[in-house]
Amino acid sequence: MPILTPADIDAIRLSAKVAVAATLVSLPFGIAVAYVMSYLSFRGKTVMEVLLNLPLTLPPVVIGYLLLLLLGKKGWLGSMLDAAGIRIIFTWYAAVIASVVVGFPLLVRSIRIAMESIDGRLIQASRTLGARWFDTLATVILPLSLRGIVAGSSLMFGRSLGEFGATIIIAGNIPGVTQTMPLAIYDYASSPGGEQAALTLCLVSAGLSLVVLFLHEYLGNRMGRRD
Amino acid sequence: MELTVRVTKSFGEFRLGADFTASGSRIGIFGESGSGKSTLVNMVAGLERPDAGEILLDGEPLFSADRRVNVAPERRRVALVFQHPHLFPHLSVRANLLYGWKRCTAANRRIGLDDIAPVLKISHLLDRGVNNLSGGEKQRVALGRALLSNPRLLLMDEPLSALDDALRFQIIPYLRGACEAFAIPYLFISHSLVEMRLMTDRVVVFDRGRQADDTSPDDLARNRMGGSPVGYINLLRLSDPREQDGLTSYDWGGNRLLLTARAEAAESLFELSSKDMILFKKHPEAISARNLLCCTVTGTFDAGRKVGVELACGAERLVAEVADAAARELELAAGSEVYAAVKASAFRRLG
Repeated sequence: MPILTPADIDAIRLSAKVAVAATLVSLPFGIAVAYVMSYLSFRGKTVMEVLLNLPLTLPPVVIGYLLLLLLGKKGWLGSMLDAAGIRIIFTWYAAVIASVVVGFPLLVRSIRIAMESIDGRLIQASRTLGARWFDTLATVILPLSLRGIVAGSSLMFGRSLGEFGATIIIAGNIPGVTQTMPLAIYDYASSPGGEQAALTLCLVSAGLSLVVLFLHEYLGNRMGRRD
Repeated sequence: MELTVRVTKSFGEFRLGADFTASGSRIGIFGESGSGKSTLVNMVAGLERPDAGEILLDGEPLFSADRRVNVAPERRRVALVFQHPHLFPHLSVRANLLYGWKRCTAANRRIGLDDIAPVLKISHLLDRGVNNLSGGEKQRVALGRALLSNPRLLLMDEPLSALDDALRFQIIPYLRGACEAFAIPYLFISHSLVEMRLMTDRVVVFDRGRQADDTSPDDLARNRMGGSPVGYINLLRLSDPREQDGLTSYDWGGNRLLLTARAEAAESLFELSSKDMILFKKHPEAISARNLLCCTVTGTFDAGRKVGVELACGAERLVAEVADAAARELELAAGSEVYAAVKASAFRRLG
């Protein structure tokens, strides 16, 4: 039985921390964006649609590099943050940002599908019964898209656990600080004699993914059955 | 209740133009599908914005292009019952019913759950989910939900058209009775003439986006008799069924009628087409039709190539139809006496 080193455990813990943080941070924005895209019509919606889905098709490395340009010391946002004494690049925050950007389209997509499948008449009924739009959102739209919210969150969480390309560019690969599981595996695989350790972490990673996906299915079925 | 609607709305080729003031508590909007009825309903409810014009409810503007008023749907106090119940699937029957009630200011809470549940016969369903209710139960809950929001006006947009015939006529007494019991005026939208006559006192007719007529439901039925393939539908409320000679005898305003339809309830609603009656000037000796009613003609009216004949049988009224030539031969005029023969199988039960 291969044993996990303290560094491996750090990597697993960091991965989980990054994935949880990325999912929690994204959730309110994901719901807001899904709501806007499902129910409002405005100029430039198509452009927004393309921009939202862009991270799905862009290579994560490209995303990482663009984020580096934006958040780096000389970047537009980075220089402002630097002046305020905040450093993002090469910290675990950067890993969270990378995961957020890469996973966000998945989250929005799931929630949006759920919201768009809600019968418009239910929303109209709620309005004519005296509910303002945020009341309708809280009492009709959100409960009825709960399945999509859970599905989107678990996809986002799973995607964050596996995020590599963007993370390695803006967060680096610093053991104990920004080295998540995939980065640790990359380290092992590229150093001589690390095959066994790489395999062990791969198994842990696969196990975690399976748990997330099973949970995703289980919750989905449970909510589907309820009436 | 007084509702004034003077609006236009166009989308694509379709142009809706409505201009009417309806006062009363049981108003119908009648028209074929595609005539713009549902758009009109949505505009009154605030779910669609008219292009121009105004909508006034008891003098208060709900929408006015000139005054730049467009009251949000949640502040109009205009409730809706749709064709399908559209109950909130994640809530119990009770929570569905109370959805609008909770959002109604305390001062306006005239009707409560305890008032409405017995009237709609849904007391036993309160703690259940809504997904396993029957069609009729769902529509009753939807009606209760709308009424409990204590609206100033209830809009019913084809509330019966998704139900089968038997159920439809079981629901009508609830729709009408509950609104009457709690004095809530309604606008009833339908393409069924029979529903109009059972539900409304006054009808605004829509045709291809334009308001074509403003009449009483009975006049509307008479006007349409000439062009209708089913003739004028007489609605008869029959009671006290008794078995007699292999048929069932019912009481109808003091007369007894023989029907093939078996007794199902103490009182039932039947329809009888003006086409299913034959008029005789004198009493025929023997005929196969089981019902022979001695009637007085109270009036006649033109209906295309036919003549509509209004008959008084005791306290009850019937409308029959005959060809122009037959009307001349029988010398039908107000005051003349005729015998109306009706087959026992000509009556159709509605509910």
